[in-house]
Amino acid sequence: MFGLNEAEWAAVALSLRVSLVATACSLPLAIAVAAVLARGRFPGRSLLDALVHLPLVMPPVVTGYLLLVLFGRRGLIGEWLYDYFGVVIAFRWTGAALAAAVMAFPLMVRAIRLSFESEDPGLRAAAATLGAPPLSVFMRVSLPLAWPGIVAGAVLAFAKALGEFGATITFVSSIPGETQTLALSIYNQMQVPGGEHRLWPMVLLAATLSLLALLISEWLVRLHRRQDAG
Amino acid sequence: MLDLDLHILRGQFELRFKLQSDARVIALIGASGAGKSSVLHAIAGILKPRAGHLRWNATTWFDSQRGVFVAPHERRIGYVFQDSRLFPHLNVRANLDFGVRYVGTRERLLERSKVIDMLALAPLLDRRIGYLSGGERQRVAIARALLTQPQLLLLDEPLSSIDRSHTAELLPYLIRLRDELALPMVYVSHDPDEVSRVAQQVVQLSDRGATCT
Repeated sequence: MFGLNEAEWAAVALSLRVSLVATACSLPLAIAVAAVLARGRFPGRSLLDALVHLPLVMPPVVTGYLLLVLFGRRGLIGEWLYDYFGVVIAFRWTGAALAAAVMAFPLMVRAIRLSFESEDPGLRAAAATLGAPPLSVFMRVSLPLAWPGIVAGAVLAFAKALGEFGATITFVSSIPGETQTLALSIYNQMQVPGGEHRLWPMVLLAATLSLLALLISEWLVRLHRRQDAG
Repeated sequence: MLDLDLHILRGQFELRFKLQSDARVIALIGASGAGKSSVLHAIAGILKPRAGHLRWNATTWFDSQRGVFVAPHERRIGYVFQDSRLFPHLNVRANLDFGVRYVGTRERLLERSKVIDMLALAPLLDRRIGYLSGGERQRVAIARALLTQPQLLLLDEPLSSIDRSHTAELLPYLIRLRDELALPMVYVSHDPDEVSRVAQQVVQLSDRGATCT
């Protein structure tokens, strides 16, 4: 199918793995940050909000460079990770996942936050009068009610992670089989003289994957709504 | 014994309200905007008064001088809201059982089957909230509150969101509640006729404080 060769399929598989790991690992943090931004009234809230949105507005190459400074082998966090855990993420697929997660984070938080903000505070008060402590109210009322927003945020982040380019190539380079995702692979193919004819299968596949992600999210949200109605 | 002396301040709205009562069913009446719901919110702990105290029998729930404020989930209060506030993501059964796990080992005076029976909820258990009429919603809300084994039941205009012809259908349930369960209640309403059928003591809330009759 799609007329892809083995190396190209490897890029596709890597892209899916990177995007899935990026989305799954950042989701709990995104939910927590969204809840804090939607509900919290504390000094530094605007700063946190700005910090979360930074990757959305900064040039991706800058985000990638900052990741390299922080998480490189000699970076502030990277060195510590290596010394204590023997973990290296720069120029590894895990680094690609980190870059994708950071770039997709603002989109995820925005979608989830909207859900929390539209929640009826009366339901939280009702849950409290039924004996539920604050954490239970969050887990049993706020979280399930925010489900459509969480799904939308996760899918959006997945799609964004799938297409992430600038921060990834800066942070982890474009190593076939390790960090060369679908987007990087397409770019790489463009650099090959007379290689354009090999581009179309990958372009088509990238578009298909993105479309599929959106359709699945739409379907999940509708499924949820149907459950609510009856 | 309910003993409260509350100073409530919320934006432009200010209310001072004092009450000591031994009556088992107390009704608060007054025009809309007089602060009836605010008093219930303060009793439940959803709203923190600016000053004063609030005691129920031997327990202090709020005392501004001693810095006491018991969180709503620790007060063992049942609250029936005007707009029922059932959880839309759960069906009737799950709504009823929402608070059961927090009851713990304390004595369960109100049996689940008896409550379901009394409010005629058996045929509704598997329904989604969206498929209930206004009166059915309020019956579920009352049962949900009762199943948390409250020591005091607060009812905030439980009949007002139901259309006139159906209030007559719910009122007998409330009277059964009062007579069969011997549960203390604070009942808020703007309808003197409704109140006279349910309450033992009626407290009128006006712009300036309260008068008892």
